[in-house]
Parts: sequence; C-alpha cells; structure tokens
Amino acid sequence: MFTMKPEIDKDKCDGCGLCVGVCHENGIMIANKTVVVIDEVECDWCGLCEAVCPNDAIRCPLLIVFA
Amino acid sequence: MKTKTELVNTSVFFAGLKPEELEPIIKLIIEKKYERDEMLFFEGDATESLIFLASGVVKIFKTSPDGKEQILSIAHPEETLNELPLFNGGLNATSAQAMMRVVVYMINKRDIEMLMRKYPLVASNVIHILAKRTRRLVTLVEELSFKRVNGRLAGILLENAVREGQSGARLTQRDMAAMAGTAREVISRSLKAMEDDGVIGFDKHKLIIKDREALKIISQTYS
Ligand code: SF4
Ligand code: SF4
Repeated sequence: MFTMKPEIDKDKCDGCGLCVGVCHENGIMIANKTVVVIDEVECDWCGLCEAVCPNDAIRCPLLIVFA
Repeated sequence: MKTKTELVNTSVFFAGLKPEELEPIIKLIIEKKYERDEMLFFEGDATESLIFLASGVVKIFKTSPDGKEQILSIAHPEETLNELPLFNGGLNATSAQAMMRVVVYMINKRDIEMLMRKYPLVASNVIHILAKRTRRLVTLVEELSFKRVNGRLAGILLENAVREGQSGARLTQRDMAAMAGTAREVISRSLKAMEDDGVIGFDKHKLIIKDREALKIISQTYS
C-alpha cells in the first residue's frame, strides 16, 4: 500500500484552506491554522494541493527513476 | 491592387463609417513603393504611421541577440503591419522586409489618433483588431516556449534521474519550473504531454523515465 503524505512546511502554511478545497480525495484538513493530510492512503500524489498553494507550503516531490 | 478608396471602404479599421466620413480619410493616405528585399521598417525604430499593405508580401520578423531571424508572420495585402507599436506609442517590436515588389498605404499616427477621437467606432474597431492580433501572438509564444520548455525539462529529468532503488533528488513540479525558468502550469502540461507520448510515466511519488532515448532527443533538439 502506498502511504506517503505531501510534505507540509508549517512555517509557510497560513491555513488559507485552498488545498483542502481542491483535494479530490478530501484528504486534507486544517487544524490549528495549519494544514494536515489526514488521508494519506487515498492520496494519489496528483499534486493539485501543491499547484494551488500560494505559499509553496505543501509539496509532492517526485523521485525521478530510469525504468 | 486596391485603390485608396477601396482600402478605406473595406478596411476593418473604418468599418461602419458613413461614405461622407470615409471621403476625407482617403486624402490622408500616403502611398509608398518598396523593391524586393527592401526594409519597410526596423525593430527598434519609432513608429510614425500605420502601414496597410496594398500589394505584395512582407516578412515580419525579429532578430535574436545571436543574429538568428525569427519570422513571426508573413503579411498579405490588406493587412496592417504595425498596429501594435503604433498604439502603444512604443518602438517597432519587429522588422519588416519586402519579399517582392510591395506597395503600401500609410496613414500618419497623428491622423489615426485624430480619427479615433472623432469616431468612437474607429476606436472600437482598433480594439477588435488589437485583440485579434494579441491572440495570434499568444498562440505563437505558447508554441515556441512550449517546445523550449520541453527541451529543458527533458534535460532536467535526465540529469536528476537515478536507478531504481537508489536515492536521488526529489523534485516537485514547482522545482522543475524554477529550474526550467517557467511556470508550474507549463511544466505540468509538458509532463502530461510526455506521459501521453509514452516517454515518461508516473507511479505515485515516482516519475519513471520510460524512453530515455526519446528524452535525449527532445533535450538536444529544443534546448
Ligand atoms: S496530492 Fe492530490 S490527493 Fe494528495 S493530498 Fe494533494 S490534492 Fe489530495
Ligand atoms: S494552500 Fe498552502 S497555505 Fe493554504 S492551507 Fe494549504 S498548504 Fe497551507
């Protein structure tokens, strides 16, 4: 099973909630004014949260490998 | 070749004006001829008048710092050649060269401005024309930069790729965009296109290079 969460930089996140709205897995929520990924199992690393974040606070980095 | 009267009667610039309003405009037109290869204007020069191509074909181009010529468009009769710099008050952003014997009709910038003030219809025609031209340029820029971004991105992927099981740099699309000097959206589109072509694939948090040779070719062709 794939379990890995988008990386969150709590210092950069201002809790605006944009990522919460775009996550098609409803896997993100805001707690204590910062973002938490609650459903790492369903996260398919689509990168929408990263795309929408104005503060570069949530990231879905990719390891590049040769097949 | 259209006469001056036919030009003002049919040009989109003056569409909607009454015949008695068109009449005085004809007198404002200056005719000029160019031989093949002759320059109509140069990039960086001030724009003095709006140029309508009456006959012949004109090459609109830019010269890159390394001297390469980038043809932006080939203008045909009845097109205007320089409306963008004319209306932004700036210098010519392009050069124009006659590709055969060419006749142009010109209207002085001050006269055009006077007509726009006098006839709001002309001003709205101008907006229409500029919007259309801008859209064409945007498309061209997209095509050009998309190819270049593909090239740079291919290089970035090759440089940062590791063998399965090894550890390596983990890059976000934003990182790749910063490295390629573009926006994340552009990288996103570029990756999608490569995925559609079967060059790369995704497996959760891994970006898999499926066709290393293809990536090399993309990188060499467009960087
Ligand atoms: S990568 Fe996609 S699925 Fe995962 S948390 Fe972000 S938006 Fe949700
Ligand atoms: S979009 Fe960015 S700043 Fe806003 S809540 Fe999500 S991670 Fe935090």
